[in-house]
Order: sequence, then structure tokens, then C-alpha cells
Amino acid sequence: MNWLLVVVGGMAGAPLRYLTDRAVQSRHDAMFPWGTFTVNVMGSLVLGLLTGAAAAGAASSQLQLLLGTGLCGALTTYSTFSYETLRLAEDGAWLFAAANVAGSVVAGVGAAFAGAGLAEAIWG
Amino acid sequence: MGSSWSQGVTDEPLDPGTATPAPAGPGVWRGQGAVVGAVAVGGGIGATARYGASLLWPTPAAAFPWTTLLVNTVGCALIGLLLVLVDEVWGAHRLLRPFFGTGVLGGFTTFSTYAVDFKRLLDAGRAATGLLYLAGTLLAAMAAVWAGVVATRRALAFGGYGRGPR
Repeated sequence: MNWLLVVVGGMAGAPLRYLTDRAVQSRHDAMFPWGTFTVNVMGSLVLGLLTGAAAAGAASSQLQLLLGTGLCGALTTYSTFSYETLRLAEDGAWLFAAANVAGSVVAGVGAAFAGAGLAEAIWG
Repeated sequence: MGSSWSQGVTDEPLDPGTATPAPAGPGVWRGQGAVVGAVAVGGGIGATARYGASLLWPTPAAAFPWTTLLVNTVGCALIGLLLVLVDEVWGAHRLLRPFFGTGVLGGFTTFSTYAVDFKRLLDAGRAATGLLYLAGTLLAAMAAVWAGVVATRRALAFGGYGRGPR
């Protein structure tokens, strides 16, 4: 049962990332990988919220597996993030590569804190 | 090499890695069913593998998240290897990259757990460990994807596959 929850969450999260990336990347022609940035920040926000809800006793362990391990885990990605950063660096766009690393880490961590803060405001 | 793979797919970019984004409009979503399906199945497999790793090597509360670091590093090395093979040897078969790259490896690695793990360490009063984890994952991931790409290109060049025109 636990495995099934993770599978279902992962099967929803990965296509959501793919479609979000496609929608975001089709709206600009800059080199910057805004699509991956968007899903990583979104997923960190939701996981922060979910973890806060779990700490307050408002989210079951099943919900954490479905939405946290499955959905948020597959919605966000480190492999594409690192590959896109490498491509920027290889193309000589060092400023974009550095901005992608710093921006993703700062915004991702910020989103996790914002999500936890939101959870505390709701269930705290 | 690999040209016969992509001949049936005229609207697929020759090199997806450097392709410019598709133009906006309804055309963006045309023919996406099979690709979305491949990404979904791959994502389910990748997320399950990550969950399995977390059960095999559970991280105690407020401990350094070695398992997530390892999962992310391995996933980055594999995507470097895979995308070089897809782009330079196998040709751009339209479901190969969505399934393995976007699906399996994207589902296997995670950014959200990375961000929340850092907050957890900070909440436990282990700010130094948290910063070490933040920077350590970043360095390990970038080194892994670079090593994956470079090692695969070298192996291909050694085996007679150039980076020349297809």
C-alpha cells in the first residue's frame, strides 16, 4: 500500500513537471531554465507546507507518502537542474549558471520555510 | 548514426539539448500523449527507487541526510551519461529522453526534500551541518553530472563516435 502511494504520486508529479516546464519555456526565449526553477520552488513550497501539517498532526503518513515522497519528490528534480546548469556553463553563460544555482537554492529553501510558516498559520 | 531513429518524427528537434523552446500556442500540446505517458511511467519508477533507498538507508532525525545526497548525486551522474548517449549516439527517439531523463531520473532525484532537509537541520539547531549539506549536495551533484558527461564523451570518442555532424 505504501509503495502504491509513492508510485501514484510519482506518476502524477513527473508529468506535472514536464508539462509545467513546457508551458513556462514556451513563454520566453531566454536561455535561463525558468521551467525547472518553477517546479523546484513550487514543490519545495508544497513539501514545506505538508511537513508543517504533519508536524501539527494534520497530515497522515499516507498523505506524506503520496504528496511528499511521490508527488513533490517527482515534481522537483536535481538531475535536470544540474544538467541545465552544466549546459549553461559549457555554453559560456557563466552568469546564468551561477544565477541558476544561487537562485534555485535560495528560492527553494525560502519556499520550504514559507510553506512551513503557512502550515503553522493554519494548523499551529 | 541514429538517423533512422528520428526520421519518422519531423517536428522533433534534432538536438533536444540545445533546442530553442517551441513557439507558444496550441501547437505546443500537439502529440504529447505518448510523451506524457512515458514521463509518468518513468516518474513512478524513479520515485519508487528513491523511496526504496530511503527504506534501505533511513536517515535518523536531525542526522546528515546521506541517502538523499547519494540519490541526488547518482541521479546527476546518470543523467550526464544518458543525455550524451541520447544526443550523440542513439539519436533522438522521441520517447527515450522523456522516459529515462525526464521520468526515471527526474522522479528519482529531488529538490524539495533537499530544501526541507536543510530546514529540518536548522530547526534542530544544526545550522553548520545544514549549510554543509546544502553546499555538499550542490558540489557533489555538479561534479557528478560533469563527470558523467565528460566520461561518456571520452568513451564515445575512444570507441569511434565523434561529436561531428550527424
